Amino acid sequence: MSNSLKIRTGLVLGCLILALVSLGPTLFGSDLPDWWNKTFDPIHLGLDLQGGMHLVLGVDVDKAVESRLDTIVDQSEDLLREKDVIFKRIDRSSGERIIVTVYDEEAGEQADAIMAENFPNLEAMTLTAEGAYIQKNYRLSDSEIEAVREYAVRQALETLRNRVDQFGVSEPTLQRQEGNRILIQLPGVKDPQRAIDLLGKTARLEFKMVMEDANPQDAIAGNLPAGGQLLYERRVDPRSGAVTESPLVVEDKTILTGDLLSNAQVRIDTRFNDPYVAIDFNSVGAKRFDQITGSNVGKRMAIVLDDTVYSAPVIRERISGGSAQVSGSFTEQEATDLAIVLRAGSLPAPVEILENRTVGPSLGQDSIDQGVRSVIIGFVLVVFAMLIYYKFSGLVANTVLMLNLVFIMAMLSIFGATLTLPGIAGIVLTVGMAVDANVLIFERIREELRLGRTPRAALEAGFEKAKLTIIDANVTTLIAALVLFQFGTGPVKGFAVTLSVGIISSLFTAVVVSRLIFDLYLSRSKVDRLSI
Amino acid sequence: MQIIKHDINIDFVGKRKLAMIISGVVILLGLASLVINGGPNYGIDFVGGTLVQVKFAEDTDAGKIKDSLSTLDLGSVVVQHFGDDANEYLVRVQESANNKELAKLISGSLESSYGAGKVDIRRVEMVGPQVGKDLRQKGLLSILYAMIGILIYISWRFELRFAVGAIIALLHDVLITLGAFSISGREIDLPIIAAFLAIIGYSLNDTIIVYDRIRENYGKNQKKGFTAVVNSSINETLSRTILTSGTTMLVVLALFIFGGGVIHNFAFALLIGILVGTYSSIFVASPVLIFWNDYRSGGQKKVAAEGGAR
Repeated sequence: MSNSLKIRTGLVLGCLILALVSLGPTLFGSDLPDWWNKTFDPIHLGLDLQGGMHLVLGVDVDKAVESRLDTIVDQSEDLLREKDVIFKRIDRSSGERIIVTVYDEEAGEQADAIMAENFPNLEAMTLTAEGAYIQKNYRLSDSEIEAVREYAVRQALETLRNRVDQFGVSEPTLQRQEGNRILIQLPGVKDPQRAIDLLGKTARLEFKMVMEDANPQDAIAGNLPAGGQLLYERRVDPRSGAVTESPLVVEDKTILTGDLLSNAQVRIDTRFNDPYVAIDFNSVGAKRFDQITGSNVGKRMAIVLDDTVYSAPVIRERISGGSAQVSGSFTEQEATDLAIVLRAGSLPAPVEILENRTVGPSLGQDSIDQGVRSVIIGFVLVVFAMLIYYKFSGLVANTVLMLNLVFIMAMLSIFGATLTLPGIAGIVLTVGMAVDANVLIFERIREELRLGRTPRAALEAGFEKAKLTIIDANVTTLIAALVLFQFGTGPVKGFAVTLSVGIISSLFTAVVVSRLIFDLYLSRSKVDRLSI
Repeated sequence: MQIIKHDINIDFVGKRKLAMIISGVVILLGLASLVINGGPNYGIDFVGGTLVQVKFAEDTDAGKIKDSLSTLDLGSVVVQHFGDDANEYLVRVQESANNKELAKLISGSLESSYGAGKVDIRRVEMVGPQVGKDLRQKGLLSILYAMIGILIYISWRFELRFAVGAIIALLHDVLITLGAFSISGREIDLPIIAAFLAIIGYSLNDTIIVYDRIRENYGKNQKKGFTAVVNSSINETLSRTILTSGTTMLVVLALFIFGGGVIHNFAFALLIGILVGTYSSIFVASPVLIFWNDYRSGGQKKVAAEGGAR
């Protein structure tokens, strides 16, 4: 055996052994020794095969900017009062603006000074006189708007990650995508609707005082008292389970938010066996809660979650321990989920579900079965065709095809790629196309034999002449596959992966491995006729 | 064994006008269908909407499913039979993002008429209109990018005229496949774009093998004339073309028949694409070279004649 032959044999055997070893965990799972499973991962199955959920959420970043402006409005209102500036009103207006309406120039200048000092990110805009008043306009700078939006998406990603971690899914994926989108993948999720409820909830917990003197019916008719807000209180009838909503007017101003809580847990009310969520405030929150309850004894405080009032109990006495409870006729599941979202923190802005693809486990298993079945049937058909057409050489092509499948699977495992249903289709397609390289070579060899060459010379010439053609023909498919890889998501990307891997593997097996088999065959015996 | 005798010599090139007419008619049929249907029949991936795949415990029919959903007021609802069994259906609703609980509503409504536990929601796909628009744009761009990349590669490896011939053959294949989708009323969704790109790759594969032979033969005997070289090159590679297309068709057929409903349209696209791709590498891509050649040499003669007259 020549040196070159020995080296090539070693190379191919080395690749084969590596491939088989890397496929160990995929084929035998946890029966293997630990080091084996630690070195190689089993092939990852896509969500379409193992079942699971693929969500794309869009963060409503404009809402985040609005609420930032609302905070500034609240703060500047306090500041202006503190400094005894006389002003008529202060509002948020469209176009990311805050308008302070004052009565005279002097107050306007004071307001300008205060705003400039405390909110360097606001740009003062030209005065517009309207009647006897002066309107001072302040606009958030573009860079600040951008920063608020950016922060909102990052914060949302963080919060969603916290929620998913507590939801208990193995190997979840959370990724920020272009713009304000967040991709979440939850493999094997059992209750998709619960996941949507959990992730889609803003979970903004607010405490607001009830305006007892306001009439909710008037408010519905459109006569909302100044500084008031119309919300609805959710009540569940414990016997029928029917949900009713009754109107309630609360103060616009939020006195305390869920940002200041340190823990939230499900408890069971022993009297009615009703689950509720017990919340503990952190030290700042506890102090605020203590002050608020102390100065509002006898009044009602509304506990508001995402603009729905869950309860509005009367404050009987000052509450100093820093704990409160959110009750509202929850089921145990609802209470658990509420505790999760409260612990994980609220989203800085509402999120919208832009894309949802959920595959149940039964469909995933069916897809695997059908996919595998078509690979096997396709493979058997091709093997027979090659055997009939090329006899011994067909056997070589089939051996190489088998190796090809092993290499493709091994590469998927080594690169940690994900196998999807279109990915399986890509493998099927590769099986059909992989023999092409061999066909090209064999046809060339036949031509050379017809020209009267010896088997060895014909083989040599056949491989040499076909090699460039094979590479040219496959590079174009590779270009298409790479473009697809760039563009595709999820299942489609899986197709691009197996197609690319399949092309590379079939190039290698056809040009190197089948050549090697022929060379080995010719080196061992004196062959006068090639069965091709 | 040989299917094609090695000394076969069919006059493919001589039939190029006929082939052109056939291709033209098939493409026009597809385009006519596209025009009548108001453009391609995009699936929810590209226009947005919600799709729910439901398996029932017992056989049922689309009408009954529609009836049990009628109380929900979902707008236009399409109910389609799915896969091989008589108890599996797709429910497609145009409405999407504004209803987080659409799948729950549908399953609840179906359970109330079919009985609890008799309805298995196997798959839910919801795509918002904005995402759909993005995906459509990306899909078209990816086909464009693939074509540009291929054009560059072939111009570099061969000559520009080969690249132009290859691209015309590709457009031909994609147009016919698109037409076949329109005529058979199949939806175009994300995996179909993947199939189109695979068709592009495959069709080229075939074309390049013929081109490669043309280049080789033309280098060897220029005296024979370009048209004759093209024809003999097609004949020499015919055996390989038939065999490779044959094996590929075998596996795609296996996928089409046994691959299951989710991948059915994908396999259909590949089936048509490979058939057409094989045809086009013989009857479209190579004749384009001859047309180009005739045009160029005709133009040169004309220039020469004008020069002489001066």
